[in-house]
Amino acid sequence: MPYIPTRYFCLIAALVTLAIAVSARFATNDYFFFAGYVVLQYVVMATAWNILGGYTGYVNFGTAGFFAIGAYSAVVMHKLFEPPLVVSIAVGGVMSGLVGLGMGYLTLRLRGVFFAIATLALAIVLQTLITNWDFVGGSRGVYIIRPANGPFGHPYIQYLFLTMLVLSTIAVCIARAIEHSKLGYGLATIRDDELAAEAAGVPTLKLKLIATVLSGALMGMAGAPLPYYVTYLDPSSGFNLAFAVNSIAMPLIGGTSSWLGPVIGALLLATIQQIATVTISSALNLLIVGVIMVGFVVAAPNGIVGLFERGVRARRRPAKKEAA
Amino acid sequence: MSALLKVDKLGKHFGGFVALEAIDLDVTPGERVGLIGPNGSGKSTLVNCIAGALRNDSGSVHFDGRRLDGLPAHTRTRMGLARSFQLPKPFRSMTVAENLHVPALYTVNARHGQHLSHAQIDARVEEVLTQVGLHEKARRRPRDLTQIEMRKLELARAMTAAPKLLIADEAMAGLSHSEVDDILALLMQLNAQGITVIMIEHIMRAVTSFSQRLVVLVAGRKIADGAPDDVVRNPEVVKAYIGE
Repeated sequence: MPYIPTRYFCLIAALVTLAIAVSARFATNDYFFFAGYVVLQYVVMATAWNILGGYTGYVNFGTAGFFAIGAYSAVVMHKLFEPPLVVSIAVGGVMSGLVGLGMGYLTLRLRGVFFAIATLALAIVLQTLITNWDFVGGSRGVYIIRPANGPFGHPYIQYLFLTMLVLSTIAVCIARAIEHSKLGYGLATIRDDELAAEAAGVPTLKLKLIATVLSGALMGMAGAPLPYYVTYLDPSSGFNLAFAVNSIAMPLIGGTSSWLGPVIGALLLATIQQIATVTISSALNLLIVGVIMVGFVVAAPNGIVGLFERGVRARRRPAKKEAA
Repeated sequence: MSALLKVDKLGKHFGGFVALEAIDLDVTPGERVGLIGPNGSGKSTLVNCIAGALRNDSGSVHFDGRRLDGLPAHTRTRMGLARSFQLPKPFRSMTVAENLHVPALYTVNARHGQHLSHAQIDARVEEVLTQVGLHEKARRRPRDLTQIEMRKLELARAMTAAPKLLIADEAMAGLSHSEVDDILALLMQLNAQGITVIMIEHIMRAVTSFSQRLVVLVAGRKIADGAPDDVVRNPEVVKAYIGE
């Protein structure tokens, strides 16, 4: 594939976003927006996870924690002064980014499975805190009455959908920009060999902190609109294991080496889940993820993108031999 | 001339095991120093303490007039102290050329008053790859390299950082006779360009022909330091290597 400079990539992404937004105007049923919102939310989550998990090689199991911090930040903001959604998203992002910074500072000296366990513990600690915090509803949960219409006069769910669409575009552009930057090189060296990275002059701790902050902030931003989407939020749904499992499974299935993998994985898996929810039962969702994941681990450990790349290489090789 | 590297009473222990005890070592600019010693004598630990992969428990390390203790490894690399690893540690997801882009981006460009453009980095990488003889494999990945090519990549990555001091940690282990000569010639060439080299090696032929000075570690202590001919005749060194 020819290399496209980041600014053109973002331009193309913006055009695609616009095209989706315009064509969504023709949707006749609001259900489309409800389903589309969830799919796009997972595009953000999978992309965010991949910045730390795929590019840097640190597996974060605490995804649901970051997501829920975003959601509960929005709840707090709503209870305090009902700001515009964009403000809640920004605050959610900042809060999750800060937690990412703290978590990173405390746990990034751990490698591999130990880091994963620490992140999982973080999510559980946060859930316990929220469950015991009355202001945000505690274990009873909290009702959020969302406005009937968005700021442009459309039904509010359309507004949420558009917001998540823009957010996913931003997330993908950030991921793509990192991939082809000095930062991207640095993160890849950390994934490959941390000692060698330091010896080559890479400030590994600083870069890992940048990755956790970015990854955490994007997850928080994805979580911030959640209270408005569900209108009733309690700790067990905010911190739902499904968020963590999906955000990890989607990049793994799509491929962790580039921005495209999480996008493909999220679109594919979340769409299948949405279809299954309507046609069979939502109880099947995690089972579907599990089965697909096992299939991919066995048949295509580098995900769909890896499978595609292998196909391209295999096709090129015989052609080269003939030419020789 | 004042020392480029000055190790002063350096000590390191792992739990109750004393890996290094009161090591003194001075290296002057432009020198070729060989560091030898039986397995487990603390050579790599000393390198790790100098390069920042490990922290020394006592004593100090000065480089180019600055105290290094407590500084992270990447800062030391940026100051001009490069090292290669005993077991090659290439960045496996990158091509050979990209492996060299990393020190160019993160070390050379992090120094004050230096900023290489993309074209300059490409040229520098090309130059280093040509020097070590890997230019034809620039676009290959480390898994396609042979053992000696992997060692050369390891050295090339350290060279790209434009160091003042290069520590080559067993860059020749497991190589054939002619391959050893290859690496030796490369290190001599680097030294001729003004880079100070500390070579850690088991292959005595290589280390004696290369070094102007030999330092011998045995069981975490320095037992000899001097001209290679004198050192190999030192009774304590002979005892450590051959036994009584």
